[in-house]
Amino acid sequence: MSNLAYLLSAYAVFWILTFVLVFSIWARQRRLEREIAALADRLREEERDVYLRGTER
Amino acid sequence: MRKDVVRRSQRDVLGAVLVGLSSVAMLAALGMVFLYAPREATMGDVQRIFYFHVASAWIGFFAFFVTCLAGIGYLVQGDRRWDALAFSSVEIGLTFITMTLLTGALWARPVWGTYWTWEPRLTISAVQWLIYVAYRMLRAAIEVPERRARFAAVYGIVAFVTVPLSWFAIRWWRTIHPDILMGGEGMAIAPQMVHALVVSVAAFTLLYVTLLWLRMRLERAVNALACLRAITLQKGHSDGTHHSSKGPF
Repeated sequence: MSNLAYLLSAYAVFWILTFVLVFSIWARQRRLEREIAALADRLREEERDVYLRGTER
Repeated sequence: MRKDVVRRSQRDVLGAVLVGLSSVAMLAALGMVFLYAPREATMGDVQRIFYFHVASAWIGFFAFFVTCLAGIGYLVQGDRRWDALAFSSVEIGLTFITMTLLTGALWARPVWGTYWTWEPRLTISAVQWLIYVAYRMLRAAIEVPERRARFAAVYGIVAFVTVPLSWFAIRWWRTIHPDILMGGEGMAIAPQMVHALVVSVAAFTLLYVTLLWLRMRLERAVNALACLRAITLQKGHSDGTHHSSKGPF
């Protein structure tokens, strides 16, 4: 491997690891936001059901 | 509710500003490294690895220092936000120490004739990497949140010993690792090289702040989800229905 290849490999390592870290944070954030939205919807639905049951009585 | 929306939009603006600033800083650092810094006489272009290698080592050390401070903060105040900060910083520090080890090996091959040698600085760096990998693994193995946070705080403080040990390794023991900052015969460094190094370190520091901000936002989402799960579980119990949830954290 030439000196230039080592230089390019080193900078590639830096960018790849940086993007892996950013992507992993982004992917986890998205998954969590989806879960939060689903749970919040479920809670809202349950509250609405409780309210409707109360008004029926 | 309105306050919450305003706070969230302020956070989004801050995030966009941080991402923009660190991108510009990284481009400036690349420009300095490849266009401004002169070609080193003995090693040639491969010496340019050194700018990002040193900057990533600096961020690794700084991240572990933040973990140590956050550990002390947690032990003193018992606030779980300190624990979130410590854990977030370790994740970033570990990534940058991995970069340091890999870029160092790629620099060493053409200069020393080998990717790796068991000299003091490299050995301590490898041990440090393993210690912080173990931090993550052991943390994941403890289920009780308070115990996990307390254990991680103590571990983070003790593990920080590896940072000064690694820093002083090239001064305390005979080593082939070049000492850039304190002089020595390993590498001659021109003023333009110092400028490129300073810009790289500043850009990496900004990148660290941005990554830490993103990682802390993730921790806030983890906490929000845990709170919602706890509410769902409570409601499930009071309604007589059962939801499968592990509860907060």
